[in-house]
Amino acid sequence: MTGGRVATLALSHFRSHRRTRLTFDGRPVAVHGPNGAGKTNLLEAVSLLSPGRGMRRAQAEEIIRRPEAIGWRIAAEVAGREVELRAEPGQPRTTRIDGKAAPQVGLARLARVLWLVPAMDRLWLEGAEGRRRFLDRMTLSFLPDHAEGVLAYEKAMRDRNRLLKDGVRDGRWYDALEVQMARHGAGIEARRRDALERLTAAQTKDGPFPAADLALIGPEEEVPETEAALLEAFGRSRPRDMAAGRTLVGPHRADLAGRYAAKDIEARLCSTGEQKALLISLILANARALRAETGQAPILLLDEVAAHLDADRRAALYEELLTLGGQAFLTGTGPELFAEFGPDAHHLSVTETGGESTVAEVST
Amino acid sequence: MDATRDIEELIALMARLPGLGPRSARRAVLHLLKKRDGQLLPLAQLLDRVGRSVRACLNCGNLSTGNICALCDSPKRATGVICVVEDVADLWAMERAQVFDGRYHVLGGTLSPLDDIGPDDLHIPKLRDRIAAEDVAEVILALNATVEGQTTAHYVASELAPTGVRVSSLAQGVPIGGELDYLDDGTLRAALTARKSF
Ligand SMILES: Nc1ncnc2c1ncn2[C@@H]1O[C@H](COP(=O)(O)OP(=O)(O)O)[C@@H](O)[C@H]1O
Ligand SMILES: [Mg+2]
Ligand SMILES: [Zn+2]
Repeated sequence: MTGGRVATLALSHFRSHRRTRLTFDGRPVAVHGPNGAGKTNLLEAVSLLSPGRGMRRAQAEEIIRRPEAIGWRIAAEVAGREVELRAEPGQPRTTRIDGKAAPQVGLARLARVLWLVPAMDRLWLEGAEGRRRFLDRMTLSFLPDHAEGVLAYEKAMRDRNRLLKDGVRDGRWYDALEVQMARHGAGIEARRRDALERLTAAQTKDGPFPAADLALIGPEEEVPETEAALLEAFGRSRPRDMAAGRTLVGPHRADLAGRYAAKDIEARLCSTGEQKALLISLILANARALRAETGQAPILLLDEVAAHLDADRRAALYEELLTLGGQAFLTGTGPELFAEFGPDAHHLSVTETGGESTVAEVST
Repeated sequence: MDATRDIEELIALMARLPGLGPRSARRAVLHLLKKRDGQLLPLAQLLDRVGRSVRACLNCGNLSTGNICALCDSPKRATGVICVVEDVADLWAMERAQVFDGRYHVLGGTLSPLDDIGPDDLHIPKLRDRIAAEDVAEVILALNATVEGQTTAHYVASELAPTGVRVSSLAQGVPIGGELDYLDDGTLRAALTARKSF
């Protein structure tokens, strides 16, 4: 069965990969190689097989391989479908599924992709945006409609923000936009809460990774939940929003609060290692919940995760990945990090010469 | 040399048409030049005629060769129900599907602050006038299920509220983000039949 899995991946002029072609079976893919070899680039390509700008939040333009700068292409077989992403210089990225142009959000129904990258080490310390994005990514994995809902909400909000900036006072116009924002916003809130419940239920109390208590909070007051309450809040906030030139209330301001459950302390006060462990725990809970529900674990991209775990936790992580049976991509600088996998993983080595990445199969 | 410049200008103009790029424009122009009598000249004459004669219907905004379009003029079209569409392409989509036998009103766009399209750019006052003038009992808002389409639908509905006319909108069948112009006839028919009060 290829459901939700990447079976083949062909990169052309994608960052450091001039031409890379890979075939995967269901095993975890362990990618090792020196710094700058092109390991993360490989995972980034997989992350782009889900809606959005991928794990680096890159613009299509910066991905274009230099110095040629002729545009990039990713072709992949995902869940038995042919997916093609490409961008020419100066053009936005386009998506084709089975040869037909498709909206990017359509990818959410083919593969569910989740990632942990080094930049997320500071997730619990930095602004709410990163945590919101993390939560939305997990929510999207459970509920593919989330992508359209978020896009629609953001579109209506951009329109409203423009009216606010321009000082437009046509109340009916605001009403009409706020109705859209309330409808899509309530959907966003409901799906996020739904996802949190599933995550909470899927966390294990005494596994190798600590459980997190999660809650959705607002910047000042709680974010209104229902469509009616949101509608009311947008209307009430108009004068304040007009002064600020943007919308100050709504699900786009929500934050994800996390606590280390066993110690009952806020995630941001935990040690760096503990904070990372909380994220791993959440990703694994997400994967378990999805597998229980759909029979298929999501694709996990774990960039430089292995290096920061002690040997016991690393072994526990690998065991969990193998039990989940979903597709996972891991990176690390040396092959010894993945030795515990033995032949249970698909080992790849990435090297770079003259700015060009080469990926080689490693037999075990 | 002049000929080359004209042809290049023609290619540049064609390349600006929706769905065409420089490559396909070059091919189309070369094709026309080869089929001078069969295609190029008839096309030129027709473009000239259409350019001179076709304008917006003063009543509904549909394309027309006179002040009033054939649909507004036709005794076969039911009065009393107006179907509001964003543009003529959507009117054509409805007509192709043959699901509606009343009259239309073309708004000429949707509210979009980022594109600088506001209520004053849409033909809403004329629609309000028509409610009384044509003794309209129902206005069907057949707008795209996009944020712009639905925001516009909401706005138009609130503008029509004082007239007391029944306002409905297309229901299920129109996928979120869906554009009318791309729907098949069956979907469009289902959406029209299942229209709901706005
Ligand atoms: N658009 C691009 N064109 C060519 N090379 C790029 C481009 N973007 C990034 N790179 C190169 O990719 C390398 C980083 O690859 P990366 O996958 O992050 O390395 P690592 O193996 O350490 O994860 C850097 O050497 C960088 O110069
Ligand atoms: Mg890296
Ligand atoms: Zn007319």
